[in-house]
Amino acid sequence: MKDLKILAVVVFFTLVTYWGVEPFAHSQMHKHVEGHNFTYPDIKASGLKGDPAKGKAAIAACTSCHGIKSQGIKAPMDAMAASAAYGVNPPDLSNVGALFDTKYLIAFLQNPAHAAKAKKMAMPAGMAGTAQGAADIVAYLKSIAPKEISPKEAFTTACGRCHADRYGKWTQIGDVPKTKGNIKTGNDVELTKFKMNVAKYQDKLADYMGKLPPDLSIIARARSEHYLKTFVEDPQAVLKGTAMPRVGLTKEGFEKVDAYLESTGDPSKAKREKTGPWVLGYFVIFTLLAYGWYKSQWKGLH
Amino acid sequence: MAHFDPNAKPFSHKWLNERLGVDTLKRVLSTEYWIPKNINFLWAMGMVLAATFGVLLISGIFLLMYYVPTTKEAFDSVNYTIMSQVGYGWLWRHVHAVAASVVFLIIYIHMLTGIYYGSYKRGRELIWISGMLLFVAFSAEAFSGYMLPWGQMSYWAGMVITNLFSLGSLNLNGLVEWIRGDYVPGQAFLGRFFMLHVVLIPLFIIGLIVLHFGTLRLPHVNNQDGEEFDFEAEAEKWKAGKKKEAKVIPFNPVFLSKDVFVMGIYFIFFFYLVFYHFEFAMDPVNFDPANGLKTPPHIYPEWYFLWSYEILRPFSKNIGLIAFGFAQVIFFLLPFLDRSPNVAPANRRGIFKIWFWLLVVDMVGLTILGKLPPVGTWTIVGTVFADIFIALWIALPFVTKMEKPIGGK
Repeated sequence: MKDLKILAVVVFFTLVTYWGVEPFAHSQMHKHVEGHNFTYPDIKASGLKGDPAKGKAAIAACTSCHGIKSQGIKAPMDAMAASAAYGVNPPDLSNVGALFDTKYLIAFLQNPAHAAKAKKMAMPAGMAGTAQGAADIVAYLKSIAPKEISPKEAFTTACGRCHADRYGKWTQIGDVPKTKGNIKTGNDVELTKFKMNVAKYQDKLADYMGKLPPDLSIIARARSEHYLKTFVEDPQAVLKGTAMPRVGLTKEGFEKVDAYLESTGDPSKAKREKTGPWVLGYFVIFTLLAYGWYKSQWKGLH
Repeated sequence: MAHFDPNAKPFSHKWLNERLGVDTLKRVLSTEYWIPKNINFLWAMGMVLAATFGVLLISGIFLLMYYVPTTKEAFDSVNYTIMSQVGYGWLWRHVHAVAASVVFLIIYIHMLTGIYYGSYKRGRELIWISGMLLFVAFSAEAFSGYMLPWGQMSYWAGMVITNLFSLGSLNLNGLVEWIRGDYVPGQAFLGRFFMLHVVLIPLFIIGLIVLHFGTLRLPHVNNQDGEEFDFEAEAEKWKAGKKKEAKVIPFNPVFLSKDVFVMGIYFIFFFYLVFYHFEFAMDPVNFDPANGLKTPPHIYPEWYFLWSYEILRPFSKNIGLIAFGFAQVIFFLLPFLDRSPNVAPANRRGIFKIWFWLLVVDMVGLTILGKLPPVGTWTIVGTVFADIFIALWIALPFVTKMEKPIGGK
């Protein structure tokens, strides 16, 4: 049939154009980085077996800066004081064992900047003493790590002290608090104070990192999943010279973070997948009916 | 004054007929608006375009209720408020974005159909010219709309395109600042493009659509063989019940029934894109908020502007601008550059057949090259394709002058 032949020509040129401006152009614009699936092949496994009890005994070396909320250990400084002192707020260690790679953590305790491939790190090297000491502390952190961890907890622990997520109401110093404004003046003093603290923290952070790390609200739409995956696994391999450190997430840890980023960056995904078939179904029926009308109108015309 | 029946009930058929001439309107615009029978589905693209414009208008109205045209809030009003706080806001936005992209695919198909079948020849020049005006208006509408989310690509595309008005070595920087209302794109710029996108250009478009339909009425729609026949005589045959012999069909319901069927297929394709494949219409770079201190590594327009962008890009500044200006106006002149009297499909027109397919391949090539980074071989290939484009149009009057008349005309 002639119509189908014409359609084939139209579809052919459309597909060639699509292929050229989408997959092909993007393959030429961005170099392809093949990740290692969060196995960190450049870090050698020490083979040392850590002893959680010894790690627990040595944890004071950590808690002089870090808190471990799940064990009732408060951080010695709040986020504001910590950022004034170090440039960035040290993470709470409650969930660390659940998110980060074991051999990465052992290497990190011995030399943070080296393991993170960062130019500088507020945390000094050698805090755990020997390699065995590092393995002990990591074993302890693993022993206290929760079995289940939510996407948001994964995000706040791994990313949330440098990156805000305003669509998720997250700032570098925590969730935006629910406050009540003054109904007579419209002022909200508590919220204004909180915002001032965020601003101060961000200024310190920008000094520490060289720039303010971007808000990650819709990074899930601004970068491909492959990009985020390979970038988080090894920032220098994807964007040479970036201030972003390698954080050492496990594959599962990254998936949790990714789930959170998708929840704030593409919140309509579930609704889209639910509505799609109905709309398409409607138009299939519409088209069938229209075909019937067309055939009845054109009957006997040729 | 005409006769008005005092007994006619208000708003009854007779009452309306005396005041509005509804029967005449219906006859002239629909039931006795004659369309050739010898057509294929490409003849439905006009109605597909009208429907897509309707979709853009309706989805745009919903988006307009929540969009905030300030540099501080525009980005989040689109990406947060509309995408997650407004019921089905995400659907309206994706519909609007996909329609804005797909409408150009259909426009290009519609244009190339017109070129292929010679539907711009004597008598139909105004159809072509009003269509080209619509193309320009849609381009302006697309560009101004692209500014509104105030992402990185909005900002930098706005920067690059307004810079064109410095006209190369003329260095008319004052003109650029006048257009922007600032030294760089900012609040004044966003406010202006917002106004253009939601008021002025849509008004132009609606007016031009009416004009475009109007230009069709007297010369009538072309047909698959470019055959010239007496529409009055053929219409009489139809009215006499000789539907098989008549070369025409009424717009409503016969032509429309095929249009609606084609539209159904089109909307299956359209909503497949909306729900499962919308990324092509929403560039990832534009999901980074506008940042005047950070130039994206690659700046490129949406796909439908790439061919003319690639005519601008490979040359030096001034020559590129002249070539770009040439590409913008040359399509308007098509009815006058084609010197052949033949109204026939391109494949029956000798060298013009080659000319047509070269143009298609060249424009697809330019489109692809326009998105590739301008380095190494791509620059050379891009220059060649841009040269071919210009050469094709310069050659057109000569190619068509030599064309032999078909059918002893």
